Amino acid sequence: MGMPVTIEVVDSGVTTHNLDSVFAYFEYVDRKFSTYKTDSEISLINRQEISLEQSSEDMQAIFALAEKTRLETEGFFNIDRDGRYDPSGIVKGWAIYTAVEILRQAGFENYYVDAGGDIQVSGKNTQGQDWCVGIQNPFNPKEIVKVLSLRNCGIATSGTYVRGQHIYNPRNNHQPVTGIVSLTVIGPDIYEADRFATAAFAMGHAGIFFMEELAGFEAYMIDPNGLATFTSGFERYVRND
Amino acid sequence: MARKQPNLESDFVRQVKKFFLSAFVVITFIAYFLHERNINVAASPLNTATVPGAVNNPTNATTTNAPTDPNAATATTNPASAPTASAASQATGYKNGTFTGPVANAYYGNVQVQVVIQNGKIVNVQFLDYPHDRRTSQMINNQAMPWLTQEAIQAQSANVNIISGATLTSEAFANSLQSALSSASN
Repeated sequence: MGMPVTIEVVDSGVTTHNLDSVFAYFEYVDRKFSTYKTDSEISLINRQEISLEQSSEDMQAIFALAEKTRLETEGFFNIDRDGRYDPSGIVKGWAIYTAVEILRQAGFENYYVDAGGDIQVSGKNTQGQDWCVGIQNPFNPKEIVKVLSLRNCGIATSGTYVRGQHIYNPRNNHQPVTGIVSLTVIGPDIYEADRFATAAFAMGHAGIFFMEELAGFEAYMIDPNGLATFTSGFERYVRND
Repeated sequence: MARKQPNLESDFVRQVKKFFLSAFVVITFIAYFLHERNINVAASPLNTATVPGAVNNPTNATTTNAPTDPNAATATTNPASAPTASAASQATGYKNGTFTGPVANAYYGNVQVQVVIQNGKIVNVQFLDYPHDRRTSQMINNQAMPWLTQEAIQAQSANVNIISGATLTSEAFANSLQSALSSASN
């Protein structure tokens, strides 16, 4: 994965040890699931040096979750890239979700965990308010284009605007998706938001319709012209100070 | 107590007549109600409103059986690529297909709508004609369903705790606003 991870815990009593254990967990996930590491477990599977049945419990769990998501999104989510598996579109949300469990079980209530722009928020920020989250401008990483107030949920953004980054449509011979540059999904937790953000983005423009029909989720889509389309319940998260 | 009972027979007959008349009215009403309920989709506006010769719209015409062309970025969504999230059902009673409404005068101009039904649900609505000589806050175009609001993105002041964006490389992160925020809050 190789992405930046940011954690903030507001509760008093948090120690560097708590944070280190969360970072260590992300390193574990990266070692196992990174397709960029030749000795990761996913790379072993892709070279057929081990089979899925021989792989670890976490690997099998991810494959099972990926299959479930594939069925729920009519194939628009698919980790199979012509025989080579890349589960990053679901691993990130799953990893954050599990990392959050580490903090939760340590007794913390007010925090967020951000891995590569996908975030799970819990409780309140240092001002005692709901976490204030900005959606990055796809055309300028130093700007935000939307300000949201979020409470105990997950937010994930899929996009193609980072140099060299592409999201492919599994239903279209893995051609790169065109027509939209960013899709942000707010869901009940980061695992759910991440997998549907990945799937909905692969649908291109139709993705926002898919999200509109999906109960319990809201989404904000941006096209190459800077025109945004959002689901009908999205505005309740928007903060207009 | 003694009661006057004048003309008992006609009284009784009158009561019977009233009863049957009321029953007839009630039964007629029920029959009418049931008849109306049983009218199926064939009579709903969506299936009957077809303007003769008006369906040809080369860039936008879609049918549920047309092959997809996902590389046509500006083509309107064709139904095969607008999946429904839940299991298909015919519960709404809408027939599958593409239906075009008549041209209607909407005061500010003409409106003509084309609706695509898939699996019994509306999956796409296009305006074949709409008032476009006035500015409206909800932009209606042939790329989005009219009831999903659109807006031009605008930079906001960065008083936020966290930023959600597409996966950043470590290098991009260093230049990003999130990095600045994290530094600022330490």
